[in-house]
Amino acid sequence: MAKVPVQFTLNGSEKAEFIESGTTLLNALRDKIGDTSPKGGCHQGTCGACSVIIDGELRLSCLTLAETCNGADIKTTAGLAEGGVLHPLQRAFLDAFATQCGFCTPGMIMAAKVLLDRTPNPSRDDVVEALSGNICRCTGYEPIIQAVLTAARANSQNAA
Amino acid sequence: MELRKDYFADVRKDGLHEIGQPRPRLDSPGHVTGKTTYFADRNFPGMLHLKMVRSPHHHARIRSIDTSEAEKHPGVVRVLTARDVPHNVYTILILIQVGPEDETVLADGKVRWKGEAVVAVLAETERAAQEAAAKVKVDYEVLPAVFDMEEALKPGAPLVNEYHGQNYYLYDSGECRKVRFGDVEAGFAQADHILEQSYQSSPIEHAPTETTGCVVAPEGNDRFTCYTNTQAMFFTLDNASIILQMPGSKLHFVGGTVGGGFGGKVDVIVEPIAILGAKLTGRPVSFVYSREEEMQISSPRAAEKVVIKDGAMKDGRIVARKVTGYTDAGAYSRHSPYGAQKGAAHYPGPYTIPNVWIDTYCVYTNRTPSSAMRGFGVTIGDFALEVQMDKLARLIGMDPLEFRFINAYRDGDMKAHRQPTEGAALIECMQEASRAANWPVAEKYMAMSSYRKGA
Repeated sequence: MAKVPVQFTLNGSEKAEFIESGTTLLNALRDKIGDTSPKGGCHQGTCGACSVIIDGELRLSCLTLAETCNGADIKTTAGLAEGGVLHPLQRAFLDAFATQCGFCTPGMIMAAKVLLDRTPNPSRDDVVEALSGNICRCTGYEPIIQAVLTAARANSQNAA
Repeated sequence: MELRKDYFADVRKDGLHEIGQPRPRLDSPGHVTGKTTYFADRNFPGMLHLKMVRSPHHHARIRSIDTSEAEKHPGVVRVLTARDVPHNVYTILILIQVGPEDETVLADGKVRWKGEAVVAVLAETERAAQEAAAKVKVDYEVLPAVFDMEEALKPGAPLVNEYHGQNYYLYDSGECRKVRFGDVEAGFAQADHILEQSYQSSPIEHAPTETTGCVVAPEGNDRFTCYTNTQAMFFTLDNASIILQMPGSKLHFVGGTVGGGFGGKVDVIVEPIAILGAKLTGRPVSFVYSREEEMQISSPRAAEKVVIKDGAMKDGRIVARKVTGYTDAGAYSRHSPYGAQKGAAHYPGPYTIPNVWIDTYCVYTNRTPSSAMRGFGVTIGDFALEVQMDKLARLIGMDPLEFRFINAYRDGDMKAHRQPTEGAALIECMQEASRAANWPVAEKYMAMSSYRKGA
């Protein structure tokens, strides 16, 4: 099958690959580039475990064709910590016991990041709405919501 | 979190320095950075993908299997049928002497539930494996099927599983697991109130976010490394050893990281066939359930039916309890004989009842095999028992919480299955629940104790 070239920025570094046409961004990231932080839970756009940020927008990488991402700026949870220092969201998820099996966590953090980038001081309802596309089957939603609210408070204190 | 240290203060030896203190989870840093390695995060050059051809029928004889077109499909490396599996008929709990072996790795001559694995296709890509699987031709003769436990137990019902010979698991105690304690009929005869009720549940799917699967890599030393999300590492290792007729020393299992299990990943289903694929092709093999397979193929919690007959006195004492429990194993045993047995011990609940009669049946039907899930064997029973307790309290005209204090088991009480009660804490839990929920009970109940004599 004919291969197509794709080139994009992943967590700040340039990536170029030849992929089979029709390959999802999820499979390209995991199998070709080696970033396994986005998870494949359903491969049909219902669980949110594969969430990544493309040009500032929250996207389901299992429903995004890699070949449509040429030139895009892609961010995943694997690139969130800077210089070994955890992002406030990561710190808050740790402190709030917001992880259980951990499989939904990278997607949850991506969804929360897009929320906080746009709405630095979200209400509880804003957080619930922002995470509504991400399923946690361990049903740890309450600590996750608290973690996002805590991270938002930490952000606004840093800004002040 | 509030830790109430006044309960059991006089019998507790330690100072509880750790309990009540938050401690970081060791796996969290991996989870929040995306570095935790789940089985599917392993990728090997030349890895093959395994897809299963599954039965479209609930019960059917297999007349013939034609894999010739599938084998010609581009990208297909190997097609496996029952005759490729060294020890094709197995049962998970044979390791603890719960037999007979009653389940096929790949169907041999017959399918007993809709979705049963018949043929395994190994190909260079998932897509090629899926396309080739669709080209396997299986000729079925559809047989009558039975889906209801009570129908399955009637004479003349279609026989689900020939390895058992009847549609129930044969315990050493006979057609069901039995508990006999006191004289239940005498208890009913003396009772002021009798209440008989029936409770039923449907199968429940665990639906973990990470689907069931494994990745197997052949090593240079004739060994196979199996990266798996099983919740039952050693059951899986030992059953794989039996199924593959391969010494355990040839098998290296790597696991412990599970993206949600809830009991749904304790069966031995994906690993043996994936290891066999790796052995016969010499290539790494990935076998991962699709979301559809996770929902439709993986074992759910068993459907259960619980019939409870209680006799109680006007003063609130339960004097007799008779329970008949049914556990729907589906077509194969897996963990259900054990679950049904647990129910037999559990049905008196955390209550002291002098006269108890319990029968629990593990029943075979042509439904998806059920297995473990969070407290299986007792969870549905607890639902039934506690609804029954509320109904009984209403019948007698008592407060439901006070009714439970009257019947609560305490240290030293003999349980129906002849285990003396020790370490009971039901009374103290109910006392705290009474306070926390602002549901007051009479002072004499607040003065009771699970362990202090005379209180």
